[in-house]
Amino acid sequence: MAAKVDYKVIVGLEIHVHLAAKTKMFCGCELAYGGTPNSRTCPVCIGMPGSLPVMNKHAYECAVLTAMALNCSIARFTKWDRKSYYYPDLPKNYQISQYDLPLSENGFIEIPLEDGSIKRVGIIRAHLEEDAGKNNHELGSFSAIDLNRAGAPLLEIVTAPDMNHPAEVRQMAQELQRIVRYLGVSEGDMQKGHMRFEPNVNLHIYKDGQTYKTPICEIKNLNSFRAIERSVAYEIQRQLEEFLETGKTMQMGNKRTYGWDDVNQMTVLQREKEEAHDYRYFPEPDLVPVEMDDVWFEQIRSRLGELPLQKQKRFVTDYGLSDYDAAVVTGDKATADYFDAVVKAGAEPKRACNLITQIGQKLANQSNTSVDQLDISPQNLAKLAQMADKGLISATAAASIYAKMPGTDTNPEDIAKAENLIQTSDTGAIEALVNEVLAENAEAVQDIITNSKKAQKAQGFLTGQVIKKSKGKANPKVVTELLAKRLSELAPKE
Amino acid sequence: MTDHLTVFKLKQDIAAGRVKSRDITQAILDRISRYDSAIGAYLSVFADKALEQAKAVDDKIAAGQPVGPLAGVPIAIKDNLCYTEGLTTCGSKILGNFKPPYNAHVVEKLLAADAVILGKTNLDEFAMGSSTENSGLQKTVNPWDKTRVPGGSSGGSAAAVAAGLCCAALGSDTGGSIRQPASFCGIVGLKPTYGRVSRYGLVAYGSSLDQIGPMTTCVKDAAILLQVLAGHDERDSTSVNTETAAVPDYLNALEQAVTGLKIAYVPQFIEQAEAPVRDAVKAALELYKSLGASLVEVRMPHFDYSIAAYYVIATAEASSNLARFDGCHYGYRSPSARDYVEVYSKSRAEGFGAEVKRRIMLGTFALSSGYYDAYYLKALKVRNLIRKDFTEAFAKADCLMMPVAPSTAFKIGEKTSDPLQMYLADIYTIAVNLAGVPGISIPCGFDSNRLPVGLQIIGPTFSEDKLLRIAAMFESKTDYHLQKPAL
Ligand SMILES: [Zn+2]
Repeated sequence: MAAKVDYKVIVGLEIHVHLAAKTKMFCGCELAYGGTPNSRTCPVCIGMPGSLPVMNKHAYECAVLTAMALNCSIARFTKWDRKSYYYPDLPKNYQISQYDLPLSENGFIEIPLEDGSIKRVGIIRAHLEEDAGKNNHELGSFSAIDLNRAGAPLLEIVTAPDMNHPAEVRQMAQELQRIVRYLGVSEGDMQKGHMRFEPNVNLHIYKDGQTYKTPICEIKNLNSFRAIERSVAYEIQRQLEEFLETGKTMQMGNKRTYGWDDVNQMTVLQREKEEAHDYRYFPEPDLVPVEMDDVWFEQIRSRLGELPLQKQKRFVTDYGLSDYDAAVVTGDKATADYFDAVVKAGAEPKRACNLITQIGQKLANQSNTSVDQLDISPQNLAKLAQMADKGLISATAAASIYAKMPGTDTNPEDIAKAENLIQTSDTGAIEALVNEVLAENAEAVQDIITNSKKAQKAQGFLTGQVIKKSKGKANPKVVTELLAKRLSELAPKE
Repeated sequence: MTDHLTVFKLKQDIAAGRVKSRDITQAILDRISRYDSAIGAYLSVFADKALEQAKAVDDKIAAGQPVGPLAGVPIAIKDNLCYTEGLTTCGSKILGNFKPPYNAHVVEKLLAADAVILGKTNLDEFAMGSSTENSGLQKTVNPWDKTRVPGGSSGGSAAAVAAGLCCAALGSDTGGSIRQPASFCGIVGLKPTYGRVSRYGLVAYGSSLDQIGPMTTCVKDAAILLQVLAGHDERDSTSVNTETAAVPDYLNALEQAVTGLKIAYVPQFIEQAEAPVRDAVKAALELYKSLGASLVEVRMPHFDYSIAAYYVIATAEASSNLARFDGCHYGYRSPSARDYVEVYSKSRAEGFGAEVKRRIMLGTFALSSGYYDAYYLKALKVRNLIRKDFTEAFAKADCLMMPVAPSTAFKIGEKTSDPLQMYLADIYTIAVNLAGVPGISIPCGFDSNRLPVGLQIIGPTFSEDKLLRIAAMFESKTDYHLQKPAL
């Protein structure tokens, strides 16, 4: 094991987000995952001679909306550039991208960390480009090319090297996923390649009063949040050990590319040296520059809505939720909005949050839907929360009523009555039961009066007996109160 | 029947039932069989398809159904325009077997106008050249003198029109490729304003310069064809929205002279040309003067830099546009390639001709890191200055007149060994593409060898209607356009 040294982890991310437009970036082909190879292609995305690209305005708006959510400054004038390189999955042998005038620059993303604090990560730029196709080398003596994905709109986001811990990198990725899903600009499914994260990792090692920077390594092939965190953690350790063994530091051109091996949980060297690519960028003459006037800008901005972290913060400050509960209930927009509506319909927030995230979520999972799609109006759920709050029903009863509510549009109170689940708070009736129980359990009563050690347990036992006698309908709060009152009467007076 | 064939007269005769499209199409196909082996204008002829199209028009007319503005008119198209019939080769071996699955916008327009498409004409490979000698597939000669070039790159279209092997043709013009062969072959060639005609389906050479236009025997025919071709196409982002620039009626008022016409000219440009060209252009200006026009002397201080700027911008764009011809997806693939890198290198080495490779290399160099600013960026700045030259000239006059080319048609092989000499043949036409303005070439005389001379008339953007009127003024007083080569 390496000797202990001080170091700082430096991680930046290069992110590719597939925008969920209906059609490709520069042609009318349908955008969908998978499908028969080359079934979703046309002369434009195959790169046939004479074909010309036409910008997908909706995809452009999705990109701008995302950049706005990332607090970027939006370019009012931007253009397209050709990036040249030869590869079989790139039919024109150039990619339409944005070079010196990206559609947005200089933003930041705020990430809620697990300790409740907020981390700010800078966004250097976000620009649009078209995706390439896919090569398939697993067919034997020849290779096949599938261009279904070629021309898909891809938002490339480059962050500042502001992350200093593997968990932060993972949380950054998760927060970005939450944002793009809130905005509806991407499905954000990592497994399906909707989002690709490539961390650039290196270390600043402090040794003998000097700072040594290890060579930057870019990690590819990450298809889960867990893989992001683990690969960065692995890479930190690997770089540390490599430095202590070889003393190798960062130099021009010694950036390396590693792939993540998910089976063996390790990074594997893919490319030793950053190839000296000359992409020969120049302005795309087939497309006109994009100019955004105030009207269009405001139109897009009006679609921004409340972002997940804003919502989460509001739920903490305005509704008094804990950081944890607020994070859970804002995990997806539909749930958060539904919760918000239930609270606005009169439910106590903590109660509503528990009902939705614990019981509602389970019901939704069972019927393969989401909480908001259970067909329960926020008003009815708010009533249920109020009933539970007032002690009209027990927690168990609340759960079983919730389960009966979907699709019925019935007042939960009616369900409770029909199912005989209303708790009684009738003190006269409960007092009678209390007296019965006290008479039947003289020993426990004696314990309470004489043995302070056993008192609490015995009191709990007696409460349980009373509720049992009421067939579960006695309000536990009332029972406890009455029991305490009777017991204090029985206790010897000093 | 094929004497003095014009679109204008033929479409009237066909529409009135005086002439059957099938008969005239057959007559022209017969001429092609008889003469084209010596001229080499066509790379492919679609006789059956053309006769079928002609018959369809005749049937429509017989049935009293409405027909399009080019009903039954046999037209040839340059072989860099995609057409689902036959092949689209661009005069290159690399696309020698390429069959496009779609039609170019202009081809759709021709078909919708009920034109008959006879075949595809020869060109310099990928439209790179000024003599059609760079075709990788075939030689084309000038119908006026078969030892001379027809000009280029639309040499096949120009020769076909001049020799009466079609009624009119489409060409493309990146640096003079419509106007210069029109001048060499004694016909009318119009390069519209950049953005006036959709480039969709035109195999790109220099995307910011390319424009498709008509090549015809008279000005009126050019107006008829432009009317069909012009307009916005949503598949070409650079085609101009008709709200910004409406398409006027080009035929309307065509025969009305422009009153108070002011013609700008640069004396030095005319003096620099070879004597026969110089004299013919001077005489043309005198004729305009006699028609009431006034001449305004102007300066075009940045004109001399246009060839340099053009050969940076056009080749840079070409190096990228032609990157897709790699043997991977379609077109020629070297049989000896063993891996994908060889599929690229060998297919391209074997598929492209020398001039295309030269331009790809020039363009690749100009865009390379470390050279971009010195070449590409500087060329863009020059381009802006040239635009300014034109704007200033047009502030003083309605149009600018100058030669189309410094000489009449030169001998085959005369300039092939010296690419720079060949590039200089485009000195008068290139600036027009850089500025994106329209220009027309019309016959204005002959040299002592009875080779045609062309007059170039250039106007501000979207002034095609006026240009055509100015050209028609000259044409109505002269008979150069009526003279035909002896085949
Ligand atoms: Zn497509």
